Amino acid sequence: MNSSIPFDLQRIRSDFPTLQRQIHNGVPLIYLDSTATAQKPQSVLTAMDEYYRRSNANIHRGVHTLAEEATAAYEGARQSIAQFIGARTAREVIFVRNTTEAINLVAMTWGRTQLQTGDLVILTEMEHHSNLVPWQMLAAERGLRLEFIPVTDDGLLDLAVYQQLLEQGPKLVAFTHMSNVLGTINPAKEMIAAAHQAGALALVDGAQSVPHLPVDVRDLDADFLAFSAHKMVGPTGIGVLYGKEALLNAMPPFMGGGDMIKKVTLRTFAANTLPHKFEAGTPAIAEGIGFGAAVDYLKTVGMQAVEEHEQTIIRYALERFAEISGVTVIGPAAEHKGAVLAFTMQEAHPHDVAQLLDREGIAVRAGHHCAMPLHERFKLPATTRASFYLYNTIEEVDRLAEGVEKVKRMFA
Amino acid sequence: MDDMYREIIIERYKDPHYRGTLDPHDYTFEDENPLCGDQIRVDVRADEAGMITEAAFSGHGCAISQASADLLIESILGKNVEDVKKMTKQDILDLLGIELGPVRLKCALLSLKVVKAGLYGLGEASDALVDDDEEF
Repeated sequence: MNSSIPFDLQRIRSDFPTLQRQIHNGVPLIYLDSTATAQKPQSVLTAMDEYYRRSNANIHRGVHTLAEEATAAYEGARQSIAQFIGARTAREVIFVRNTTEAINLVAMTWGRTQLQTGDLVILTEMEHHSNLVPWQMLAAERGLRLEFIPVTDDGLLDLAVYQQLLEQGPKLVAFTHMSNVLGTINPAKEMIAAAHQAGALALVDGAQSVPHLPVDVRDLDADFLAFSAHKMVGPTGIGVLYGKEALLNAMPPFMGGGDMIKKVTLRTFAANTLPHKFEAGTPAIAEGIGFGAAVDYLKTVGMQAVEEHEQTIIRYALERFAEISGVTVIGPAAEHKGAVLAFTMQEAHPHDVAQLLDREGIAVRAGHHCAMPLHERFKLPATTRASFYLYNTIEEVDRLAEGVEKVKRMFA
Repeated sequence: MDDMYREIIIERYKDPHYRGTLDPHDYTFEDENPLCGDQIRVDVRADEAGMITEAAFSGHGCAISQASADLLIESILGKNVEDVKKMTKQDILDLLGIELGPVRLKCALLSLKVVKAGLYGLGEASDALVDDDEEF
């Protein structure tokens, strides 16, 4: 199949050192686990290496040259990320460890001050555990009511039920923009507008959407957006909480310590201004710089192009898998779906499928993918998940399908 | 030592022309920068037409922050309040005549932030006041 790939795929592949690797006996790596974590291009590795080799210093407090360079690189990354997601200002970009920490930050600061006993928080059945457990913890502490937008059999959110839930006067709607299992791309803009109309704030889990789609916080009118660098060709250990400035200003600080203060006496402190107010202690400096380089890389490729390429891949993959009997893909049709392919095979357990595919050099994931309630919903203990990114090819989809057919033959 | 410590900066730091407080005043504001422990208060008097007739700063901190405050006060005297509200980061850099990295920029801009927060009558000073890339 010859498709219109919107960029030079071979050149992109050559930017990623791991993709040059061979597995086992000279089998080339086919990396189909980018939903778990993406591979990193050389430019990201170089940016972090340069920081450690040339400019290693703590940021914000030093006045020597290295500290100035490190601060400029770290804050430059923040600017670049702010621009990438369409934030009004870099002050709305709070560096955290990952999506999980971003959501916990909102629960523990905004949630603890704004939510009271009996208040309603709307979530969905397709959430990753990171957008369930923080709210369960807060609900237990504060006596909140949690309600869930159901998932239909074809993997979409039941928006009619959402409308009914909104009539009950929720304080917050927190949902994933794109499911890490079904690949479902939820109509975030419409869902946020409906939440606002009902007087609720909207938190968007962008862990899967920000790496794969153009996401603009002002267009979405999201109140909070959480995402992680490592899923978007950046390093682990760094992520972002975007929040509207007025909301962030009204929230109490998260952790206490250095850098988040303006002034400290023995018994009191005054919090620093945004974004530092939420960034206690020495942050992941190299990773922040690497995150900036990752965003710059994606900007150069263009998120529209990334989305188009992945649409081509998932359409082809769905067609190809439809031909394999006994294999069931869960999730919606291609037009509602990102490049995530979770499937079950009648004959073999997902872990065995993944193990055998690894022998072919194909890296996929098996399990519940941190979405146990969603698997419960489909009455599946686990699935095998192949996920694609800008560097994957149509030929790799063929290799995956052939591999799955081979496993099927083994278990037949 | 280098450009960052031009003669005028050392001179104004050691011997500022506009240090003091004004009581009564029409506008006042105070803020600090945690980096060097800079602290600046500015008091301003204006006439009925909004022209700034007197202004003074007090506080303590690094040479960049204090010299920039002194030069800023000098530059706003005789100006209209509305015009001062429109002053930018670049205006301060022009007054100082030096290039600054992101860390020391905060020292240099503290006084402008304080002046603008005072003239706008804000409860808290926002960094947006001194970011030329933003509309305030």
